[in-house]
Amino acid sequence: MDLSDYPLELPEGDRPMVRFMNVTKRYGTLTVLDRLDLDVAEGEMVTVIGPSGSGKTTVLRMLMTLETINGGVIYVDGKPLTHMEKGGKLVPANERYLRKARSSIGMCFQHFNLFPHMTALQNCMEGPVQVLGMSKSEARARSEELLEMVGMIDKKDQHPSRLSGGQQQRVAIARALAMRPKVMLFDEVTSALDPEVIGEVTNVIRQLVAEHNLTMLMVTHQMGFARDISDRICFFYQGKIEEEGPPEQLFETPQKERTQQFLSAVKDAG
Amino acid sequence: MSLLEFLQTYGSLIVSGTWVTVIQFLLAVVVAILAALTAGLGKLSKNVLIRGVAITYIEIFRGTSLLVQLFWLFYVLPLFGITLDKFTAGFLSVGLNIGSYGAEIVRGSIQAVPRGQYEAAYALSMSPARRMRRIILPQALVLMLPPWGNLLIELLKGTALVALISVADLMFQTRQINASTFLSAQAFGTALIIYYILARFLITPFMRWLERVMARRLGRA
Amino acid sequence: MRFDWDWEFTFEILPRLLAATVNTLIAAGLGYAIAVVLGLVFALAQRTPVRSLTFTVREVVEFIRSTPLVLQIFFVFYVGPQFGVRLSPWTAGMIAIGLHYSAYLSEVYRGGIEAVPKGQWEACRALNMSTRDTYLRIVIPQALPPSIAGMGNYLVGIFKDTPMLSVIGVAELLHTANAIGSENYRFLEPYTLVGIIFLAISLPAAGFVRLFEARVRRKLGL
Repeated sequence: MDLSDYPLELPEGDRPMVRFMNVTKRYGTLTVLDRLDLDVAEGEMVTVIGPSGSGKTTVLRMLMTLETINGGVIYVDGKPLTHMEKGGKLVPANERYLRKARSSIGMCFQHFNLFPHMTALQNCMEGPVQVLGMSKSEARARSEELLEMVGMIDKKDQHPSRLSGGQQQRVAIARALAMRPKVMLFDEVTSALDPEVIGEVTNVIRQLVAEHNLTMLMVTHQMGFARDISDRICFFYQGKIEEEGPPEQLFETPQKERTQQFLSAVKDAG
Repeated sequence: MSLLEFLQTYGSLIVSGTWVTVIQFLLAVVVAILAALTAGLGKLSKNVLIRGVAITYIEIFRGTSLLVQLFWLFYVLPLFGITLDKFTAGFLSVGLNIGSYGAEIVRGSIQAVPRGQYEAAYALSMSPARRMRRIILPQALVLMLPPWGNLLIELLKGTALVALISVADLMFQTRQINASTFLSAQAFGTALIIYYILARFLITPFMRWLERVMARRLGRA
Repeated sequence: MRFDWDWEFTFEILPRLLAATVNTLIAAGLGYAIAVVLGLVFALAQRTPVRSLTFTVREVVEFIRSTPLVLQIFFVFYVGPQFGVRLSPWTAGMIAIGLHYSAYLSEVYRGGIEAVPKGQWEACRALNMSTRDTYLRIVIPQALPPSIAGMGNYLVGIFKDTPMLSVIGVAELLHTANAIGSENYRFLEPYTLVGIIFLAISLPAAGFVRLFEARVRRKLGL
């Protein structure tokens, strides 16, 4: 498919919050994502599972524009994210366009990536003040409200080095939410945590799902958690979606052999 | 005068100067290595006197300027009855100066050899001297080679100062040519390029080669 | 043995040497100021996506680092007049020593910037921060503490290299000691005093750098 074959904008009535259209990602000769098509509806919670190296983290990183795209187009809210219009057709987006386009997306990382030289509160205020140009008092109010929500308000003046992994991840969630994203990405947010603190992070995400109409895309190894809160599960295998469906269906009655193998291997390990 | 004509006229002076620079460099390297090993090991000694002497040497030579040390060795030391000719004063002060920095590298890399290696050698009832020579130093050597590579470049640059006590090295010849011809760009430019070639295409590759050889001898390549 | 320390002579020349020490400190300070700024330019130029610029700056830095400062001082001082640009000893000296140390400082900065984890850059991107804000607010504050030791060492280094400025007639410490020595035919006291003055400044300075580094780290909560 040539770039001119992609629509400049998705038509009314067929506008998912996120659409991957024919998306390909290669590292040298290795194809990580192979012509991926994936829609995420507004307010939907989609979890991506699969063996390591199946390209599931790459899906999130491309949506955050941390990776370049080798083929296809990603649309967010109907508009192209990775490309922009020039002379009536799509061309790869420049940095300026990307900055504007990705402002509706927030991300939480496996290793939190909090800014070590700032307190929890300063971490949350950084984006609203510097990027959105919000006044400090307004940003403070918003950040404190979010820190309250994730249960970190009493640690708001601590630096990340004084916080446990679970606490850091909760601050990181608040920091991402402070930008009021339309789409939230959770990239293995519990993988670097000690088992006893995983619950404090998953509880925050549960609460988000229950109380907010956020579109969310998550990569996780916590199968039970994924099953509880997801609207849909995508099983990735070798850069493609091998199987997808509602959690009960995918976990109870997986259709494909690879899905069955993966799920039983995970069950044995867990 | 074109650069080619310049080189034809003054080439022999420049070559003889370069030769003196190379000799000064090699002699200063020997002094620096001996001084660094002695002072580096001395600083780790349990004997307070030895440690004191080593620390004093290191701090004095690291705390003052090479040029001041050079002048002191050449002009002041004779007052104490030790007269050095300019050639000896040249490489000796450069070597002692760089040796003081090298001593810290020696000490640091000896301390970086894992504690377990001392204990294993101790458990084999090796004498302290044998332990150091057979077990610790070979491993420390591999660790200290990369920083020594940088230090040898500093040493080469340091040798340019011996021209100021009239040792007829590359720097000295270049200044002579400049004074008699005022072709400053050609004279100083040529010298800059020669120093660069010595540093980048002789010293650095040699140290890389040495690093590989030593790593292989320790079975790490 | 002709070793006889003359205290009267010592006290006679000490004021002159201390006055020259001020010049030495000014020279070190000015040279360092140039190096701090120019070094940052060199370091950032090597991070641009323009390959040819990155390559050229990298080679220039290597060249400056591999050749003797004293030769560079002569070069800057004498080559100008050949092309009709006359520089005073001070100007030529400051350019040469500033340029020389900017090459070293650019390596310190580069190391500091490269030590900032990749995740920090990604977090900035996820928060949609501009490149400018990413550097100014996130990367440089974290690159600074590990750079301070190197920056401090080169401050002491530039101070110890100022005697080389005497070769083009900048009236710093060594130049003054040379003058005193040849006026009086006595070198023991002036050269020894110069050594002591250098020690008296550089040893505490090195200790101060270590304290300062620890303090900055604490202040940034690292």
